Amino acid sequence: MLNRRKFTTAATIAAAGFFAAATVTPALADYPERPITLIVPWGAGGGTDATGRMIAGLLEDELGKPVTVVNRTGGSGVVGHSAIANAKPDGYTIGVATVEIGMMHWAGLTELTGEDYTPIALYNFDPAGLIVSADSEWETAEDVVAAVKANPGKHKASGTGQGGIWHLALAGMLADAGAAPDAAPWVPSKGAAPALQELAAGGVDIVTPSVVEGAALIEAGKAKALAVMSDERLGAFADVPTLKEATGSDWTMAAWRGIAGPKGMPEEATEKLTAALEKVWKSDEFQDFMKGRGFGLVWKPGDEFAQWMKDSDASLGSVMKAVGLAK
Amino acid sequence: MDTILKAFALVTEPYTLGVMLMAAMFGLFVGAMPGLTATMATALLIPFTFFMDPVPAIAVIVTAVATAIFAGDIPGALLRIPGTPASAAYCDESYAMTQKGLAERALGIGLVTSVIGGLTGAVVLSFSAPALAEFAIQFSSFEYFWLACLGLSCAVIISTGSTIKGFVSLLIGLFIATIGIDGTAGHPRFTFGSIELMGGVSFIPAMIGMFAISEVLRYVASTRKPLPVPQQSMGSVFGGLGPILRKYKTNVVQGSSIGAVVGILPGAGADIAAWISYALAKKRSKTPEKFGTGHPEGLVAAGSANNASVAGAWVPAIVFGIPGDSITAIVIGVLYMKGMNPGPMVFVTNPELIYAVFIAFFIANLALLPLGFVAIRMSRQILKVPQRVLMPIILMFCIVGAFAINNTVFGVTVMLILGVLAYIMEENGFPVAPAILGIVLGSMIEDNFMASMIKADGSLSGFFSRPIAATLGVVTILLWTAPIILALKRMVQSKRQPQR
Repeated sequence: MLNRRKFTTAATIAAAGFFAAATVTPALADYPERPITLIVPWGAGGGTDATGRMIAGLLEDELGKPVTVVNRTGGSGVVGHSAIANAKPDGYTIGVATVEIGMMHWAGLTELTGEDYTPIALYNFDPAGLIVSADSEWETAEDVVAAVKANPGKHKASGTGQGGIWHLALAGMLADAGAAPDAAPWVPSKGAAPALQELAAGGVDIVTPSVVEGAALIEAGKAKALAVMSDERLGAFADVPTLKEATGSDWTMAAWRGIAGPKGMPEEATEKLTAALEKVWKSDEFQDFMKGRGFGLVWKPGDEFAQWMKDSDASLGSVMKAVGLAK
Repeated sequence: MDTILKAFALVTEPYTLGVMLMAAMFGLFVGAMPGLTATMATALLIPFTFFMDPVPAIAVIVTAVATAIFAGDIPGALLRIPGTPASAAYCDESYAMTQKGLAERALGIGLVTSVIGGLTGAVVLSFSAPALAEFAIQFSSFEYFWLACLGLSCAVIISTGSTIKGFVSLLIGLFIATIGIDGTAGHPRFTFGSIELMGGVSFIPAMIGMFAISEVLRYVASTRKPLPVPQQSMGSVFGGLGPILRKYKTNVVQGSSIGAVVGILPGAGADIAAWISYALAKKRSKTPEKFGTGHPEGLVAAGSANNASVAGAWVPAIVFGIPGDSITAIVIGVLYMKGMNPGPMVFVTNPELIYAVFIAFFIANLALLPLGFVAIRMSRQILKVPQRVLMPIILMFCIVGAFAINNTVFGVTVMLILGVLAYIMEENGFPVAPAILGIVLGSMIEDNFMASMIKADGSLSGFFSRPIAATLGVVTILLWTAPIILALKRMVQSKRQPQR
């Protein structure tokens, strides 16, 4: 039973913590020797939490030591990301780093950047969608862009907080189409779910979270996805065209998730974690889970992940400056 | 139908039923101990729910609360000390019955009416919440803004004590809610450079502090003597109940419906439901002079009302994320923690979980009948447990609970600070409930106000642009202005009188 296992895990951690404090830091010969903590900077029930918990469970089987998920939420991700970066770099505290790591410092919320982490691997990539209400008169992404251009300020959009990743997706899309980035004013929400509820209630006209996040509402017949902001269509939503197909725009924007630890982790731990994570990522269980929920799959270990964070950081920074969200 | 079957399977899993049974015993014990409330029972359960799946976690709280509210009657009848505030309304009445040698009759009435009231509340919850959710899916930020305003206004108006003090308490809560990154501009407020404070004051540690730590402090500060041990021996608990219930069946129906409605109102919980129901029963009785002398009529009405309100309070909590009482204020935190974010969307995304909660209400109340019977028989043993052993245990659970939410000592700090704050407030006659509602609803009111202003291009008329929003707005404004209008009317009348 999952519950019982979680409980034993917690008990083991409590005990292990006690003994670890009492003994001198052991040599890393047999990493891992004690349970590992995986920090998730976002709340339970969200996509980051779901994927993080899945990885923790599979990693546990792979490493033979418990991997406990700890949600450190709040502050638009600052709290959790700081907790990962400030943890002792001994390989026993790692976390899920998300796209926000390349945004928070531009917004002036923290000094942290991707460089403050030991990158382990990137595992997921979810492009933004363009979703409207099921009874909307708009049938294509072209219609949406044209309507927003024709009446700047009239059509409202939502999807996450002010300056969040999905806000950038919309602003960048509009800027790329030659409209003002705020031609569809952004209504801040506490994540994708409340924004979708606003869409269903007729409070906003457009939402731009990932298509996965809108899946429940789309299946319930209350919303429709008009485009996905990526180079390729998504496997789980093959009938939704890319933005390029729909409007000719090259604009893409995606949220991503990866596993990272604090800077300066011992090489042995990093290598072992990367190898274990690769097995996890390639396992049928993980692939089925991700595909079943509609999460995008991508694998970039170590340096590739570091480069990815760097590129992401730079492109997010230029968009945020362009649309006036950087400080 | 498929959903209900799935929900039923979730609740009847042996693990879930097992933890519910333990929760019932825990609830009966906490409820029977004077000074330990049903809200505290909920707060103390949080560290345990942390390790459970959503359904058992919620079912545990449902069960503990239902049983605790009944168990509050036990010391009320035997010692004239209500076990929870919900039993305070009729504590004198049931003690008078005990003095007549009818202790088991008083507790039997309490038990059976609790079960009937609880089941009625569960029916109200199961039917009104999904219907309301269907309707609430059309709510946008305008409607939510007004709903939150209504909730806060109710909290101040209904709160015990003076309205001014209630209002001050509300403002304290709203201030606490502004700490952290604000939802609209993404700017940190009152964080003083602390990363932990950027996440704001998370409300589960806040709740544990305000309800449990404050009670521990009160115990430390008081010179209360140990509880006397009741001397009564118990006769047949269910004997002679039939005719009484038949005679006062209108009181049962009336009490249960008042309870459910009061429960739905934000800020008013089981204690207020019992007071209102008792007062109304007295007013409508053919023999009001018998009230207070060990007369069953008021017991029947109030005993069913407090248990009915428990389920009623879940209606706004699940559908809108607005707590109906202090217990559901904590429950909302647990729902978020379990990924069952309250709101009409949860009825679309996880209907089986919601129905499982409803079913848990029925099971908990049915189980109360035999378990409550055992508790009555064991009441003397329960009341012998010394408080000086209990309080340190409670303190320990509080610390574990506050830590476990985020695995950080910051939660413990928040809990302790707010516990001291709540203690100081209550000692000076400031009710705590409005502050709690302020903490829970503060960001809801602000975020929805800002979102609405952006949607309406900065025009306040947007708040009246949609029919439901306009209605809610008018009701709220009437609620605010009614006391002023009445006061003016009285002033005008009293000016006229001397001229006559």
